[in-house]
Amino acid sequence: MQKENVAKFLLACLLMFVSISSQAFTAKEPQEGGDAKVNTEEEIKDYIDHHLADSHYVNFFSDGETGAHYGFSLPVILWDDGVKVFSSGKFHHGEDLAVIDGQHYRLYHSKIYKTDAEGTITYGENGFPSNERPLDFSITKNVLYMLVVSILMLLVFGGLARQYKNRKVPKGSGRVLEPLVLYVRDEIAKPNIGKNYRKYTGFLLTVFFFIWILNLLGMTPLGVNVTGNIAVTMALALITFFIVQFSGNKDYWKHIFWMPGVPVPMKIILAPIEVLGMFTKPFALMIRLFANMTAGHVIIMTLLGLIVVFQNWIAGPAFFGFTIFISIIELLVAFLQAYIFTLLSALYIGMAVEEHDDHHPADNEDIPVV
Amino acid sequence: MEALNLDLIGAGLIIIGAGFGLGKIGSAAMEGIARQPEAAGKIQTAMIIIAALLEGVAFAALFAV
Repeated sequence: MQKENVAKFLLACLLMFVSISSQAFTAKEPQEGGDAKVNTEEEIKDYIDHHLADSHYVNFFSDGETGAHYGFSLPVILWDDGVKVFSSGKFHHGEDLAVIDGQHYRLYHSKIYKTDAEGTITYGENGFPSNERPLDFSITKNVLYMLVVSILMLLVFGGLARQYKNRKVPKGSGRVLEPLVLYVRDEIAKPNIGKNYRKYTGFLLTVFFFIWILNLLGMTPLGVNVTGNIAVTMALALITFFIVQFSGNKDYWKHIFWMPGVPVPMKIILAPIEVLGMFTKPFALMIRLFANMTAGHVIIMTLLGLIVVFQNWIAGPAFFGFTIFISIIELLVAFLQAYIFTLLSALYIGMAVEEHDDHHPADNEDIPVV
Repeated sequence: MEALNLDLIGAGLIIIGAGFGLGKIGSAAMEGIARQPEAAGKIQTAMIIIAALLEGVAFAALFAV
C-alpha cells in the first residue's frame, strides 16, 4: 500500500517534470527565431535587479504595453557647487535630461551622472561610466521608507511610553507591543549584557523593531527592499561597532591586546587576530542581514517569474504554492533576522562591558534563565 | 569545453560544509532538548546563535563568488 503511493507520487512528479520541460522548450523557440517578442527571462532578471536596487521613484507597477509607470517621483538633492533640489520626475525614468542651472544631469541605471547637452555617457576601461557624478543626497525609495518607519515608530512607541503616566496596563496597539518590548528587554538585553543592561536596551529595542518592521514591509507588494540593501545594513552594523568599542572597559581591551594567562609569544600572535575579530563581528552582522533579505526577495521573485516563463496549468499553481510556502518562511526569517541582529549586538556589547569577575560566576549565584 | 569555474566549486563545498554543520547543530540541540526539556529555551537560543554564526560563513562564501 505504502509502496504503491510512493510509486504514484513519483509518476506524478515525472509527468509534471516532462510537461514542464516540454512546455518550457516550446516557449523558448519563438524567441530564438529572431522574433520581435521580448526575451522573458531577460525581462524577469531585469525586473528582479530593479526591485533589489535603490531607486529615485516609487513605482508600484508598470504597464508593459503602453510603457506607463504607476507611482510617484521623489525629490533629488544633489551637492554639486551648492545644493540643488528638484523632482526626479524631470528625468522621466531616465529618458530625459534634467537641466538645472545650466548643468545637465542624466539618470542612468538608477544613478545620476553629469553629462553634456546630448547626454553622452562615456565608458572607462572597466566598462563602467566614467562621467563625473555629483554627490547624491536624494530622498530615494529606501530613504523614504526608512523615514516612514522611523516616524511610525516614534508615534507608536512614544504613545506607548506616554500611556504609562496614567495607567499601568496599556490599551490599543500597546497591548501587542508591550510583550514584545518586554521580550527584548528580558530575553535579549538582560541575560546577555548583565547589570548595566538598561543603558543599552533603548538601542536594542530600536534596532529590533526597525529591522523587523522593514523586513515585514519587504513582504508587502509595495516593493520595499531596505534591509536587503548593503548600505543600510552597514550603517546598522557600524552603530553596533561604535557602541561596542566606546563601551569597552579595561578588561575588554586587555583581552584583545594582552590577554592574561597566555604565553608571551602567543600573545603577539593572538593580538592581531583579536583586532581583526573586532571588525569581523560587525561585518558578519552586515552580511547576514543583507544576504538573508536579498536571498528571500530573489527566491520569491524568481518563483513568481517561473510562472510567467512556463505559462502552463501545472507550473502555475505549483509555483504559486511554492511562493506561498516561501513567503511563510520569509515571515519567520523577518523576525529571526531582527532577533539575531539584536541578540548578537547584545552579546557583543555584553563582551565589552562584562566585569572581570563575571568570568567565573560563583556556584550559588543566580544565572539568568534565558 | 569551457574552463572549470573553481570559484563556484569552492562556494559549493563551503555550502555543503555549512549544511553539514547546521545539521549537526540541529541534531545536538534536539538531543539536548529531549534529554532536558526544561532547558529547551536556553538550548534554542544557543543553537540560534551558533547557526547564525555559521550562516555568516556560508553567505560570505556565496558573496565572494
